[in-house]
Amino acid sequence: MRLLASLASLVVLLFAASLMIGPAGLGFGESLAALFRGEGGPVALVMQQIRLPRAILGLLAGAALGLSGAAMQGFLRNPLAEPGLIGVSSSAALGAVIALQTGLAAAFALALPLAALAGAAGACLLILLMAGPRGGALALILAGIAISALAGAATSLVLNLSPNPFAAAEIVYWMMGSLADRSMTHVWLAAPFILAGGAALFTLGRGLDALTLGEDAAESLGMNLRRMRLVLIFGTAAGVGASVAVAGAIGFVGLVVPHLLRPLTGARPSRLLPAAALGGAAVLLAADIATRLIAPERDLKLGVLTAIIGAPFFLHLIWRMRRVEA
Amino acid sequence: MTLLSLDNLTVRRGASAVVDGVGLKVAPGEFVGLIGPNGAGKTTLLRAALGFIPHEGASNLAALSPAARARAVAFLPQGRDIAWPVSVADLVALGRAPWGAADPGHPAVAGALSRMGLDGFHDRIATELSGGEQTRVLIARLLAQETPLILADEPGAGLDPEAQIRAMQVFADLAASGRAVVASIHDLGLAARHCTRLVMLERGRLAADGPPREVLTDALLARVFGIRAFHAETADGPVFQPVAVIR
Repeated sequence: MRLLASLASLVVLLFAASLMIGPAGLGFGESLAALFRGEGGPVALVMQQIRLPRAILGLLAGAALGLSGAAMQGFLRNPLAEPGLIGVSSSAALGAVIALQTGLAAAFALALPLAALAGAAGACLLILLMAGPRGGALALILAGIAISALAGAATSLVLNLSPNPFAAAEIVYWMMGSLADRSMTHVWLAAPFILAGGAALFTLGRGLDALTLGEDAAESLGMNLRRMRLVLIFGTAAGVGASVAVAGAIGFVGLVVPHLLRPLTGARPSRLLPAAALGGAAVLLAADIATRLIAPERDLKLGVLTAIIGAPFFLHLIWRMRRVEA
Repeated sequence: MTLLSLDNLTVRRGASAVVDGVGLKVAPGEFVGLIGPNGAGKTTLLRAALGFIPHEGASNLAALSPAARARAVAFLPQGRDIAWPVSVADLVALGRAPWGAADPGHPAVAGALSRMGLDGFHDRIATELSGGEQTRVLIARLLAQETPLILADEPGAGLDPEAQIRAMQVFADLAASGRAVVASIHDLGLAARHCTRLVMLERGRLAADGPPREVLTDALLARVFGIRAFHAETADGPVFQPVAVIR
């Protein structure tokens, strides 16, 4: 409980910081007042149309990634699992890339996130077909790897055949992941999917705890593994699909955050779920603030930053784990 | 009243039957040892009885809803999985999940730990224990579930002699108190001493079913296991020791 309270306060602080920090250089009281002011004006516009959606999306996408990562690791009983494992991220990215390539994204603002959601839904259907009703964790992992590879190849194909170098550059930049220049429309689009997916994943707690003892033991404790698998696939596809749709591919948050918080939750998967959701939100908000502070004029991409910090951090965790096991 | 009722239970893998037309009824008070050589179908029989794998024939447990089944029978699988470094109390408390919350403070948790000689292990990290200690913790989880019937797949594997005897004694006591246990057992000496009844499987079929001395006959041991054994009644009860391979 104390862990959740501290994580929640951290998220609140970072959310506030995300609202306060930006190139416009607004004063603290001024910007806070502008957030709740009805009428227009440049300060209110910056706060309500630029910083607020950015902070909300950071919160939502981070929570979705952390929560899905914790659920995926719990279900597969593997600390190396991450939310992209079932192919949702790469398929959502493929949908977005197609929207960019065909020019749909330029013609109609919501075409990109909608195409990404369609990609995630496609991956969801495919994985249900391959590993839904029967088959254990291994079938799920292998099907996910195959779908990721397929979506990755298709993305490369689109880039390969792209006649226009500017379109190709735009695609590459988009794939790095970012929360810059998003609107409240993005929030309204992503929020229902992330909230529904999150609500679904939170129902898995008891079953994930029982899965600590293996699939047969969990089943003998009354858990319905088939239902759990469906809920996991749906919840992850909705949450991660929506966050890729609005923020692009952001790696390592879903992998590292559950890993980091596991020792603080007594390693119980049910207690890890809310902690990882809050932790993911905190990490993504912090990383997004960092992109603005480190290189405000260079448009440092969020996904690049999470990977460049996340990967060495993960290596460090593995190094420590290796020492303990040796 | 029967706690376990299998009728003509059959599991096919391809063309061959791994479990072939097994009928079995277990009543309260019985501690049934399921014996048979490797590959005889002991594990498959237990998993099919629980309804985990497709089967023909009937099992009263497979007919129950998952929630009702979890209150009717506790199961120790052969794989000793502990995926996360949780505390021993949290792990054993998972046995309480079918009855509501998995509360590590429930008296059944402390009772089960103490029965398995694990007093003082409450806050230890389960994954840091030795293999045998982990098995004892997992058996404690089985006991904490407090079901009328227990199915255990090789509960004695990897245990030291004290823990082996302790586990068998706990199962025998549970049976004597009106519950029932069905455990697959490779140590025929332990099975002969502690079980009230033995069920011998031979290539998926029921080879013998009855009190230990009627099942562990020279003829059946030679035919099913291909071994010869020393058998004596002593002041400490029956002593049974396989001594030689005869084929």
